Amino acid sequence: MLTLTCPYCGVTAEETELTNGGEAHLKRFTSGSSDDDFETYMFLRDNVKGVHFERWRHSYGCGKWFHAARDTVTLEVFGTYRAQTLEPPKDIITAIIAKRPNWSVL
Amino acid sequence: MSTRLATGGRHLNRANAIEFTFNGKRLQAFEGDTLASALLANDQMLVGRSFKYHRPRGIVAAGPEEPNALVNLGVDGHFEPNARATTTEVFDGLTAKSQNHFPSLEFDVGAINSKLSRFLPAGFYYKMFIHPRPLWKHVYEPFIRKSAGLGKAPTTHDANTYEHFYATVDVLIIGGGIAGLAAALAAGKSGAKTLVLEQGAHWGGRAVVDAEMIDGIPANDWVENTVNALKQMTNVTLRSRTMGAGVYDHGYVTGYERVSDHLGPVSDIPRHRLWKIRAAQTITATGAIERPLSFAGNDVPGVMLAASQRDYLVNYGVSVGDRTVVVTNNDDAYRTAIAIMDAGLDVPLILDARPEGGGALADAAIKLGIRVETGKGIAKVLGGKRVTGVSICHMAGEGAEIEKIDCDAVAMSGGWSPVVHLWSHCGGKLVWDDTHAHFRPDPDRAPTGASGQDIVRAAGAANGVMGCGDAVRDGFATGVAAVEGLGFTSVGHAPKAENTPSAPMRPVWQMPQGASYALRSKTWLDYQNDVKVTDVQLAAQEGFESVEHTKRYTTLGMATDQGKLSNINGLAVLSNALNEDIPNVGTTTFRPPYHPISMGAIGGEASRDLFQPLDKTPIHDWHETNGADFEPVGHWRRPYAFVRDGETVEDAVNREVKNTRNHVGLLDASTLGKIIVKGPDAGKFVDLMYTNMMSTLPVGRCRYGLMCNENGFLSDDGVVARLSDDTWLCHTTTGGADRIHAHMEEWLQTEWWDMKVYTANVTQHYAQIAVVGPYARKVLEKLGGMDVSKDALKFMDWADGKIGEFDARVFRISFSGELSYEIAVPASQGRAFWEALLAAGKDFGVMPYGTECLHILRAEKGFIMIGDETDGTVIPQDLGLNWAISKKKDDFIGKRGQERKHMVDPNRWKLVGLKTTDGSVIPDGAYAVGEGVNENGQRNTIGRVTSTYYSANLGCGIAMGLVHNGPDRMGEVIEFPKTDGSSVKAMICDPVFYDKDGEKSDGI
Amino acid sequence: MGFEVSALDGATSNGFAKVSEMGLRGMITLRGDFADRKFKSTVKKIMGTAIPAQRQVLSNGDMRVAWMSPDELLLMVPHATADDTVDALSKSLKSTHHLAVNVSDARAVFQISGEKMRDVIGKVAPVDLSPAAFPVGQIRRTRAAQVPAAFYFVDDTTVELICFRSVAGYMFDLLTRSATKGSDVGFYR
Repeated sequence: MLTLTCPYCGVTAEETELTNGGEAHLKRFTSGSSDDDFETYMFLRDNVKGVHFERWRHSYGCGKWFHAARDTVTLEVFGTYRAQTLEPPKDIITAIIAKRPNWSVL
Repeated sequence: MSTRLATGGRHLNRANAIEFTFNGKRLQAFEGDTLASALLANDQMLVGRSFKYHRPRGIVAAGPEEPNALVNLGVDGHFEPNARATTTEVFDGLTAKSQNHFPSLEFDVGAINSKLSRFLPAGFYYKMFIHPRPLWKHVYEPFIRKSAGLGKAPTTHDANTYEHFYATVDVLIIGGGIAGLAAALAAGKSGAKTLVLEQGAHWGGRAVVDAEMIDGIPANDWVENTVNALKQMTNVTLRSRTMGAGVYDHGYVTGYERVSDHLGPVSDIPRHRLWKIRAAQTITATGAIERPLSFAGNDVPGVMLAASQRDYLVNYGVSVGDRTVVVTNNDDAYRTAIAIMDAGLDVPLILDARPEGGGALADAAIKLGIRVETGKGIAKVLGGKRVTGVSICHMAGEGAEIEKIDCDAVAMSGGWSPVVHLWSHCGGKLVWDDTHAHFRPDPDRAPTGASGQDIVRAAGAANGVMGCGDAVRDGFATGVAAVEGLGFTSVGHAPKAENTPSAPMRPVWQMPQGASYALRSKTWLDYQNDVKVTDVQLAAQEGFESVEHTKRYTTLGMATDQGKLSNINGLAVLSNALNEDIPNVGTTTFRPPYHPISMGAIGGEASRDLFQPLDKTPIHDWHETNGADFEPVGHWRRPYAFVRDGETVEDAVNREVKNTRNHVGLLDASTLGKIIVKGPDAGKFVDLMYTNMMSTLPVGRCRYGLMCNENGFLSDDGVVARLSDDTWLCHTTTGGADRIHAHMEEWLQTEWWDMKVYTANVTQHYAQIAVVGPYARKVLEKLGGMDVSKDALKFMDWADGKIGEFDARVFRISFSGELSYEIAVPASQGRAFWEALLAAGKDFGVMPYGTECLHILRAEKGFIMIGDETDGTVIPQDLGLNWAISKKKDDFIGKRGQERKHMVDPNRWKLVGLKTTDGSVIPDGAYAVGEGVNENGQRNTIGRVTSTYYSANLGCGIAMGLVHNGPDRMGEVIEFPKTDGSSVKAMICDPVFYDKDGEKSDGI
Repeated sequence: MGFEVSALDGATSNGFAKVSEMGLRGMITLRGDFADRKFKSTVKKIMGTAIPAQRQVLSNGDMRVAWMSPDELLLMVPHATADDTVDALSKSLKSTHHLAVNVSDARAVFQISGEKMRDVIGKVAPVDLSPAAFPVGQIRRTRAAQVPAAFYFVDDTTVELICFRSVAGYMFDLLTRSATKGSDVGFYR
């Protein structure tokens, strides 16, 4: 059972206090967008083996959404960060590359 | 025969003799006995029958690895099947029954299977029961069901309580032997918060039994001193009778504490406590388990692991036999021979499979006058229900008998396997150790934690470190390494102890080396599941090369002991058969728990009244004492109807339906969600949340709104009120409050975080009561207070004020078509307000009503209900709710989804009313059928019922449903088949059945 | 007003720790920008405290201010003054983006008292309760068995726990069971 540190309240919470929200950094497509764009946004997900960015909500705590960068195989957590961003922050990328030198942002 | 010795038994309190029963026989034990030691003390050698062949079986081990001695324990609410006698502490009055036999343990008709064993090889069930197919259901399956399982299932509720406990520590040490205690000393002295778990009732493990010396004193004294020293440390917690059950991700470990099993049935105190531990570092000091040797008849009662025999002698003063033959491939078993001689009993022979024989311990045995034969082994054990002798052969041969020796017990040792289960649960890898012929933890491939760091370390025998001196040093060093990794500074030195010098062991996977088929087919690997050497060899021959496949084909290691004794031996047999090295074949996967734990412990406190939290409104208690027939809605319990004396539930519903239409009814609507949305961008935000335009709603007014998910499907509905210029109050469905609040927060936080909007879920701050019916206004006016007249409070107005003495927010909204006020008061005033309304309404015929009446009233008006008309695949357009979808907005959640071509397809099923031609009620969930059949030969469906009720007001069944081209087919009669083969016909009609012109909405 | 009642009307139980429902308490959810000067001065003026730091609870007489999230405070005041306090907050923050709302009756408050009160909480909440990790004056929002809860230690022998009013009955039974005599764990010493 995972533990993740909520970047808002600083609590290291266990999985039962959190809710997973799937892949992070999706771009929303709304009225007027093409079928392909909408399909990608709505349904298509990377099923990553390795470094993965995902959404979590501290649902039994402060109620805030945050993002986690995590290895889906080893469950190593490279960092958590606030959800109000369109892409992973630099320090998270640095932390990942320090542990996984061959990894790169696609 | 096995018996209690006059002296000895370090765990016993001989001053306290107690009584227990086994298969109805009253037997004597001492305080401190396990059920296994007590049975042996009473010469109860035969304790059960094996699973498949019903072979007589006796106790083989002294710990949790025991495969045979499983019993039905206790009675009624304290009954438990498959309890291990070796881990069950005896208390006065304990009752146990053996398992898997008929009619009795001594005479079991199922034992015929043993005679048929050559017809019941590995995979027998798979091969036999597959043909002919028709026999499966009525012949094979009942037969297999009858034969399956060992213990009996309990027939009554568990009378015990259970609980969880969360603990966070720096270092968790699993295992209270000398390695674990040495690790605890290192961790404790460093100041790290340390928790030490020991599965048994006693500390010290094997070193005490073997009378080792540590720090110049006997191990027993060293253990006592160390435990006392650890208890003095405020940063250390010691827990006996607590097993490390499983190691999971990110340092999560479960501990299984048997709080009161040893006391027998007691009230109040929990039986088991499941520890939910978060440990920065976990040390598995779980020791090692002795392996059996594979010779014919190694399952005859009286054949036991050598070290376990020593345990019974030293810990419980119990001897297994008067004449014990010891058979071994290593030095450790010599200790048993010496212990037996020391107890004044006889060891006629030690068979050492090694041609070169043993080391110092062997010399000591020889010095005691014991006959030792090297390079020899057991060809077969003689005896049926107990050992009567052994037939001896050359190890190198095929099992030709050299000599027969009379004996009543056999002590065997095939070497030791570290308990690597906990290490392996969370991904720790193993290496094969040729010196000891076992798998041990590979320190370079440890389980890793949240930061990628190693989180588990193994110590002592569990780490493959086998001598006393090495184990205690390894334990201390592991403790030091664990705390230093966490930034603590260790102090002190490792305890000093010596290894007993020993000669190398020699792996023996089959005895004798060239054993004939006849011998191999009586050589057991897995006692509990009756898997023999020949079964594994057959599996290999039939092409099962993967160890995981062989396990499932033969059932090796799949019983409740999970192959603690059998896995390595079975693996070695498989490797030989495949002509592969053992490490290449690998092990099966170790999964938690290490040893079976109770379902009660897993559930913890969540049973009976605490099974599931119930949400109760402030008026709940009134409902409970006034005939409410409750129905679950989410976690709420809402009154379905208020049943009066002499009424059926149906009568009550019909009465409520009529009374609300004709007089006045009260509904506890407190469960409806209430969410405040406030801020400069709140209008923009609610326009995105709802399909309707909500930003244009004037202050003081209400509007019915729909919420969809991004897929376009209808997800919730409710009335929105504008409280002020920048504040909206959004009502949700009963089950929707938390979900919709979370949905709003999700969009605010993760998509539109630039919007200046705050939300708050205020659902439970209010008790909300709907006053519904022609006399609703009269009731409120009788209580006095604010003006609720037709002109002051128009349909879809809301206002704050006082009703009587109560602080009220009154919404003039209706879900029934009647004149209706929904009144919110602070929850603390809710109960009193409800009673004030009942009193004020008495003269007007007021009655409370439940959710079924609510449903019927809304269905009579054709109002939809989320969860009835919707099921996650329905868009508002399907329900004729196009009027609630704004065309002026560029965007709202679900807009793009609804633009997909399948969503605008004219062939979607659409909402209509349904009126049965015979006035009956269409069954819930019925489908309408049309012309033709589909590819499965089933009739094509053209629609389905979404809501169906008997309307007492109309005197007939009414329904709503989704029907293909429904709105264009008004007046058409369609057919709904029932489950009994008949069908009901219904006419498609307008879903508004009652008061089509809305004449009643102003009351009288 | 005599007809106002809390969820359990002050129920108590006695095991190895005492469990008491604390009656009605005024509670206000206040959301806003903690860095805003007007917001800070309003809290100071009305509650008499600074803005609490992350997970902190500040007290001023019978009033408390608890940190709930980076933009949310829980203000605790006498029940009878909750509406007036909301009005005062709203007035003071009239031109500042904020949300102040009375949530008093949405909640139930419990006190668990006794030397071993940590054992009671330790059975239901996945939280490190050791004084070093969780000192007096800190609040933790988490779950108690199956429902959301928030709690803070008032002193070394007293903890206050807040949950939703609808599950007050469940919470009382849960805490009472957890405090059953003879079932103390002895982990926190």
